[in-house]
Amino acid sequence: MSTATDTPAQHGLAAHSHGAGTEPDGRTKGALDRFASFDVEAHPVPRGREEDWRFTPMNRLRGLHDDAPLDGSDYTVQVDADPRVTAASIGADDTRKGTSTYVPVDRPSARAWASAEKIFAVDIPRDEVIEQPVVIRLTGTSAERGAAAHLVVTAGRHSKSVVVIEYDGSSSFVENVEVVAEDGAELTVVAVQDWADDAVHLAHHHVHVGRDATVKHAVITFGGDLVRTGTTLNYAGPGGSATLLGLYYVDAGQHIENRLVVDHNTPNATSDVEYKGALQGKKAHAVWIGDVLIRKEALGINTYELNRNLVLTDGARADSVPNLEIETGEIEGAGHASATGRFDDEQLFYLQARGIPADIARKLVVRGFFASLINRIGVPEITERLMTTVERELAVVEAMTADDGA
Amino acid sequence: MSTLEIRDLHVSVEADNGPVQILHGVNLTVSSGETHAIMGPNGSGKSTLAYALSGHPKYTVTSGTVTLDGEDLLDMSVDERARVGLFLAMQYPVEVPGVSVSNFLRTAKTAIDGEAPKLRTWVKDVKQAMADLRIDPEFAERDLNTGFSGGEKKRHEILQLELLQPKFAVLDETDSGLDIDALRIVSDGVNRFSANGDKGVLLITHYTRILRYIKPDHVHVFVGGKIAEEGGAELAEKLEEKGYVDYVGASA
Ligand SMILES: Nc1ncnc2c1ncn2[C@@H]1O[C@H](COP(=O)(O)OP(=O)(O)O)[C@@H](O)[C@H]1O
Ligand SMILES: [Mg+2]
Repeated sequence: MSTATDTPAQHGLAAHSHGAGTEPDGRTKGALDRFASFDVEAHPVPRGREEDWRFTPMNRLRGLHDDAPLDGSDYTVQVDADPRVTAASIGADDTRKGTSTYVPVDRPSARAWASAEKIFAVDIPRDEVIEQPVVIRLTGTSAERGAAAHLVVTAGRHSKSVVVIEYDGSSSFVENVEVVAEDGAELTVVAVQDWADDAVHLAHHHVHVGRDATVKHAVITFGGDLVRTGTTLNYAGPGGSATLLGLYYVDAGQHIENRLVVDHNTPNATSDVEYKGALQGKKAHAVWIGDVLIRKEALGINTYELNRNLVLTDGARADSVPNLEIETGEIEGAGHASATGRFDDEQLFYLQARGIPADIARKLVVRGFFASLINRIGVPEITERLMTTVERELAVVEAMTADDGA
Repeated sequence: MSTLEIRDLHVSVEADNGPVQILHGVNLTVSSGETHAIMGPNGSGKSTLAYALSGHPKYTVTSGTVTLDGEDLLDMSVDERARVGLFLAMQYPVEVPGVSVSNFLRTAKTAIDGEAPKLRTWVKDVKQAMADLRIDPEFAERDLNTGFSGGEKKRHEILQLELLQPKFAVLDETDSGLDIDALRIVSDGVNRFSANGDKGVLLITHYTRILRYIKPDHVHVFVGGKIAEEGGAELAEKLEEKGYVDYVGASA
């Protein structure tokens, strides 16, 4: 906030070779120009030194990244959907699996891909406009055994819909979520991770944006001991428009990590990334890594990514790394910014000096910080609840500062 | 009729290498209807006095008392002091991103009055007060003080003063950094605030020029953490001519 520094976009032109194919060591490259493979054993067990894992507390992963069994099924799924929408469990051999072009980019994702016994498929019929959000609520009932899941959301051509996936309860959950927006579709997907304190969740979302399709994707993380969400996105044709939003509220001891890769592989597409997080309490740790790759063929694209963190108390830490890799000069716009600010004593003093009590002052600032983002998600059915959850989280910091004062 | 009474106030500030004593026994009584000018060279402790009155956590009162109508101000939190009627227009107003001016003003008014203002009259009052201070209406939706120029920040301090209607206003160098037009606009605001004779004003300033627009009843020369001389408006004229050399020399 007052201490916030906007890092001007540093357009690091990384020398970069790519193209699908086979690496010298026989491993395949995936759609995202990064190492990817369906074969679990092709992914070495990460040790925590690797670039992709260097922020993650490996000892809290419960072996989910290694070889802990993923055969648990201690969760329930509830669906609330318009009758025109099909939302059902299908077999793991169904052809819908993999239609997003995703190839697992890390070991837990590859393990979940191989281990999920069923797939949950949500299909929005083409040309249909579905006003009522499809709500899938997944409730974990035990964190003892690792569970693997696979979700495929397919928005048919020129359909319009909203899909909300809610997570709560206790779980050790590894999952892949494929989001496919066919040509001209308008799709909003919101994941709300409101886990209990003991949950560990390793998720990978891949979004595939069809020609002239418009996708809004949001990841909202409140609860859980460790939640690590990878979100990757690429385009099936020109003219796609993607908005990737995120909101996280990290409490003492929590680790919330978001890793994004936007792959501009087609011309005239746009991507707009905005993630905002608040942190409070000792060892609250947020990690945000945002990569945007602009390939040679991605002429005339426009991209912007932004990550803002608001640190509410001492002892919390936010790591934020935006990155642009540009292979073509002919882009319309590319930029990024990252800022971590503190709600500091001076701001608190200023608001209090106008008669506003400390707790209300904090609410004012945090509500204000998140309000525009929540509005951008644009799903009225969940807006109020998100604000309420933000305030529930705020109550924790109140209790904390009250303790300090005592 | 209200009284703000400062008695033998000693204040230290938390510096990097421990506390430093800044105020060495300040005595001052301000009653409603009065305007007191506090004038002094840079570093004499004027802002320290203002912050200590408001309860800024960096400033510690080591001895002395401050009461408002007999109530112990020093015993109150920052927000309680504001709610019993003390207002500080800050020398350097703080930027608060994420909080719009209009939301902030409404929240502050609600806190001070103990109830939400009537929407219709409130919106009208805010508009009027902004127009009086030549503040563009679009500022209502901007983030509080964020990216405002120095002059805009000062005008917003006076906007708050007029809307919150405290009993006592401490204005810490509200005139510094203002051009002549802005100075007049801000002075008019302070004069509107005190026009009914039921407000007390403690006008802290480094320069005499604001005293052409705001007429003080009392002038206090502040040097080395306490009041070195007191008098009427004529004392300001003397300072205008001779500056602070006499005092600084004496205390050095
Ligand atoms: N927060 C602070 N930290 C360290 N020193 C301070 C602080 N505030 C004031 N001081 C010191 O106290 C003295 C008086 O400062 P101040 O009250 O700001 O004076 P004035 O407002 O009259 O210019 C100065 O020597 C200043 O350096
Ligand atoms: Mg000062």
